[in-house]
Amino acid sequence: MSAVTSAAHPVARRGRLSLASDTWRRRIVIGIVAVYVTLLVLAPIAALIVGAFGEGIRGVVNALAQPEVLSAFWRTIYIALITLVVHAVFGTLVAWVLVRHRFPGQKLLNGLLDLPFATSAVVVGYMLLLIFGRNGLLGPWLEAMDIKVAFALPGMILATLFVTLPFMVREVMPVLEALDVEQEQAAATLGASGWQTFWWVTFPALRWGFIYGVTLTFARALGEFGAVLVIGGGAQGATETATLYIFRALDERQYVGAYSAALVLGLLSLAFVVGSDLLRRKEK
Amino acid sequence: MTATALPVRESIPWGRWGLRALAFTYLGVMLIIPLAVILQDGLRAGLGGLWRAVTLPVAWHALTLTLWTAAVMALINAIMGTLTAYVLVRYTFPGKSLLNAMVDLPLAIPTLVTGVMLVVLYGPQGAVGGWLAQQLGWRIIFAPPGIILALLFITFPFVVRAVQPVLLGLDPEPEEAAATLGARSWTVFRRVTLPALALPIISGTLLSVARAVGEFGAIVIVAGNIPLRSQTAAVYVLGEVESENRLGASAVSVVMLALAFGLVMLVDWLQRRGSPGRAE
Repeated sequence: MSAVTSAAHPVARRGRLSLASDTWRRRIVIGIVAVYVTLLVLAPIAALIVGAFGEGIRGVVNALAQPEVLSAFWRTIYIALITLVVHAVFGTLVAWVLVRHRFPGQKLLNGLLDLPFATSAVVVGYMLLLIFGRNGLLGPWLEAMDIKVAFALPGMILATLFVTLPFMVREVMPVLEALDVEQEQAAATLGASGWQTFWWVTFPALRWGFIYGVTLTFARALGEFGAVLVIGGGAQGATETATLYIFRALDERQYVGAYSAALVLGLLSLAFVVGSDLLRRKEK
Repeated sequence: MTATALPVRESIPWGRWGLRALAFTYLGVMLIIPLAVILQDGLRAGLGGLWRAVTLPVAWHALTLTLWTAAVMALINAIMGTLTAYVLVRYTFPGKSLLNAMVDLPLAIPTLVTGVMLVVLYGPQGAVGGWLAQQLGWRIIFAPPGIILALLFITFPFVVRAVQPVLLGLDPEPEEAAATLGARSWTVFRRVTLPALALPIISGTLLSVARAVGEFGAIVIVAGNIPLRSQTAAVYVLGEVESENRLGASAVSVVMLALAFGLVMLVDWLQRRGSPGRAE
């Protein structure tokens, strides 16, 4: 800053001064946000990685290669895959009915659909226990028929289905709403059946909403914990999923096992979300 | 269906009713029946019974702990979320896209894993937690600060992603006019920018509270399960389910559901009320 110009133009000097203090204010604000995000998000992630590798790569591999850990992970993937298939079909169907049909109570139903987002996972598991548990609504009947739902995989799948219900519908609905119906009408005029029109005209246009919904559902299903704990019981070797294994390993102070499994589960879930995000960005 | 040759108008109603029935059955079985069952069970002993079950000391402490930690989280989240959104929209700096990606990260990480991460860092044996405990005598994990930390992590995207698009769409002219007229930038922010952001800040914050009321996975790891100390409502329900105290579990569940749904509906109402003004 030259003294001459500042003396000659007080207004200009004040402008430049406030510009300088603006730069400082900007640095301080960015700094606060950076520290916050580092302490809240980045440092814990880094700590988990360091913790998992506390006994080197070999420790991680050994911890994960135990049969109980592998079977817990496979159980998680199995539940998530079934959840994915059911929601892929029925979620698309519900989105279709909510967008294309008009019926009384539609707004209410549309609102109810978001309830799983706000329902505690423990409460979800407990609701299912009230229906399928030993003293539950259907308990005696299920026992007579020798069907096991509570403390077995079917109950855990139902719990995961409840928790992930909104994802598919909420991803497909906006795409369906934005879709031009003219192509469908053209196909129908040319003699295509409803199903043919859907499969060859509507579905390809929904593709990205569908893929995104499916990936989010899968990622969320992988990480479900509270609901499957309550309805499944977390019996080792029978109803223990990856999250339930982590919980038990922490309890038993097998820290490397818990941290390694948590790291893998986190990365797996993250990979699906980030992967579908990249796909979507590429498509646009 | 083999309705290929049939005229479209006649082939639709059957398929339409079939699809609708299928969709309703699915939602009924998956969503409405479970909710109805727990509502009925919680109100089995009437509203008085529900009130008595909820006001038992341990249950009451769990509920109030859940609410006050959620309130502290909401305050911090409202401020830091708005600040983060502001930085992301108005400033350019190295690492900005990394910061933007970081905001969504909590949504992609299972909350149980979140809990584990926080314990590793802030726990008594953790790098930061051990230091804080030795130097300052602060306890984060197995105490309310851990709960607040976990809630902040999980709900971090809520306020940022609510404020960001509104801030992006905000006309910078009133701000510039105020600055030209000599207003200091803090005054400009408080008088001009902040009122325009009030609605997204409030709705993002309320949604994060709705999310916090039911949170379990992260909290059970960072807070443990100590009745009258660090036991939150969701952890209390788990304990009552395990000890087969059905009324206690159902009553607290119904209160949690009512709180969360009430908040979600309030946000919905606020947004619908605010949207015509925004569309102008």
